[in-house]
Amino acid sequence: MTEKTKDETPSLLPIEMIGVAIAAMQDPDFITLKDVNWSVAGGEFWVVGAPQHSGKSDFLMTTAGLIPPAQGRYKFYGNETRIFDEARLADRLRMGLVFENAELFHYLTVAENVTLPLRYHQNLHPDDAAKAADELIELTGLKSIADIMPPNLPRSWHKRAALARALALQPDILLADNPLGALDARHSLWWLRFLDELNRAHQWLGGKTLTIVVTTDDFRPWRGGRRQFALLKDKSFVPLGSWNEVISSDEPLVKELLATPIQEIVEPLKR
Amino acid sequence: MFMFVALVLGFLAIGQTVTVAARFGAFDYIGTIMVTVIVRELGPLLAAMLALARVGNANVIELGTARALNEVEALEASGIDPVHYLVVPRVIGMTLGVFSLTVYLILVALGSGYLFVFLQNVPLTPGEYFSELASSLSWLDFALLALKSCTFGFFIGIVTCYHGLAQPLRLDELSRLAIRATSQGIIACVFIDAIYFLLYLSL
Repeated sequence: MTEKTKDETPSLLPIEMIGVAIAAMQDPDFITLKDVNWSVAGGEFWVVGAPQHSGKSDFLMTTAGLIPPAQGRYKFYGNETRIFDEARLADRLRMGLVFENAELFHYLTVAENVTLPLRYHQNLHPDDAAKAADELIELTGLKSIADIMPPNLPRSWHKRAALARALALQPDILLADNPLGALDARHSLWWLRFLDELNRAHQWLGGKTLTIVVTTDDFRPWRGGRRQFALLKDKSFVPLGSWNEVISSDEPLVKELLATPIQEIVEPLKR
Repeated sequence: MFMFVALVLGFLAIGQTVTVAARFGAFDYIGTIMVTVIVRELGPLLAAMLALARVGNANVIELGTARALNEVEALEASGIDPVHYLVVPRVIGMTLGVFSLTVYLILVALGSGYLFVFLQNVPLTPGEYFSELASSLSWLDFALLALKSCTFGFFIGIVTCYHGLAQPLRLDELSRLAIRATSQGIIACVFIDAIYFLLYLSL
């Protein structure tokens, strides 16, 4: 069993990027973001907005340690990191990642997808892993579809199963790539509530606050709360601040992500 | 499929060889011919080719699909080493699988070969047939048979896993990938077979 190194030094920032350049996952020579300076404190909830194909996924993949920064320094709990290789397994397990398209393992049932990290890292028998994940499956509303193969499920449930898989090892940080993308209102509402509960020390996490970073192409559902907002614009990372600062921003792209009517964005630019 | 091919191999290769040998009274060479043709050459090579077609292709498609759907990245994000989780079991399974299938194919082929001989009324008793066979086999044949079939399986596993996982790909590239993996698998097996042939000659 791999021992998770819990945060022995709580004062260290979970995520800190200093002058980081982020490359595209499909083409490492193509830089999608330059000079990213960003730090995330423990327990924060970040919402990073950008239109589609602006490098949101690449940004999150770099944060997750799946692709190395092209330039700059990325520190994870104070340790400089390029990519989470085998030697950094303990660090990787402190972070859960939900992909935009869920990326469930198509040859495993929903329950097997959720229990796979437990079986692999804790060397559990499938029955023991199923018992261990039972509460999580119940909590995420997956009980009734636990034995179904992903190709037979609607996409909304894929994302929820991917969330359960990401939470299986009780990480300290959760990254979710456009979690509300293509979800109906009922699923979106569930996600917003559940992420807020996780961020506010959910009972299932043993009272631990979960640091959350999500990306989005629509700021509106994320209004309110104590979330921090940022924008990816012209290959730059632009911190915006709280929701009040977002809605008072004159930045056209922010207005776009707030789905402001197009006239209201274009008219001030003409003046 | 393996049983069908093994039966046909026995009927065609062994049955006809023994029938022709019997026509010339060359019973003394039956064992040597069977060991050379079936145990050393055709059995392992045919089993490897069948495993490549039946399992190797499925391997490429399954791993290629996982690669195209970003499931490999999802494994990495869960801290699961894709080589450890996806490649190692397949390579070990393929190595042991090809060895087991080779033994199975050879046994069925030898059995069906005698069936053909029996049906053709060749004056050869089962005792004579199998004692001829046993006397022609040496420990070297067993050792090299095991080694050779395991090598076939190992390289089929490596080639198919490599093609399935090595590079980012799209779903529509899978068929091309499967063809390439099969071609390279066949070339690898023939090449390995040639190396073992040289090894037989040198021993």
